Amino acid sequence: MLSCKDATELISQGMDRRLSLVERFGLRLHLLICRGCRATEQHLGFLRNASSAWRQHHEAPPSTPQGDSK
Amino acid sequence: MTADELSLQLADLRPRLVRFARLQLRDDAAAEDAVQDALLAAAENAERFEGASAAATWVFAILRNKLVDEFRRRGRDPVALAGNEGEAALESLFEEQFDARGHWRDPPPAWSDPAASLEQKRFWEVFEICISSLPERPARVFGMRELLGMESEEICKELGISSSNCWVLLHRARLGLRDCLSRRWFGEH
Repeated sequence: MLSCKDATELISQGMDRRLSLVERFGLRLHLLICRGCRATEQHLGFLRNASSAWRQHHEAPPSTPQGDSK
Repeated sequence: MTADELSLQLADLRPRLVRFARLQLRDDAAAEDAVQDALLAAAENAERFEGASAAATWVFAILRNKLVDEFRRRGRDPVALAGNEGEAALESLFEEQFDARGHWRDPPPAWSDPAASLEQKRFWEVFEICISSLPERPARVFGMRELLGMESEEICKELGISSSNCWVLLHRARLGLRDCLSRRWFGEH
């Protein structure tokens, strides 16, 4: 059985590489019974969304009052 | 588009470019230099751009490459390469959350409606403070992955580190940020 510590590593790695079938299965099973790891999955997912929103905010093209090529 | 028209168009982009570079380079002068170089490169190519948004996209691509160059250069710095006290502290923060069998000592609670935070100006200040307070290497790898949107394989290659090292740094950075946001924003402690 996966420990919570290992599960947090897999949650994170799942955001950076494709987990194997066995890893995915083990992680899903663990998440069903572990509230702390489900919260961790939520937190890391939120971090990804927030980072992506931060990037988009900074990369947005300059305001175009004359309405150039959209 | 002439160089003058372009520089006018890009003037209001500049502060955002500087903030973008500063959070990742953690060095105001280096951030200003990188942005200056990117804007100059754009000015030299002004006639290629149809409009301001094409130019802005191009400037961001140039800036992104400059940041990666700088990270690559720093990655070869033997002082920066060695793990440091900050990383050791981040490691204990991770280890201390678990008992000997790897179970949570104190399971973290879910955050209620975190998406609502994205609309709040103060949240972004805390977000940037939390990233700035990470140790250098985890912050760099996290920034390349999540703020520059690079694939982790590309990051390992650029920094000359193994995949597993890369994943460990990303994981520690994420848990460090989770801890910081929990304390400073979601206020559960």
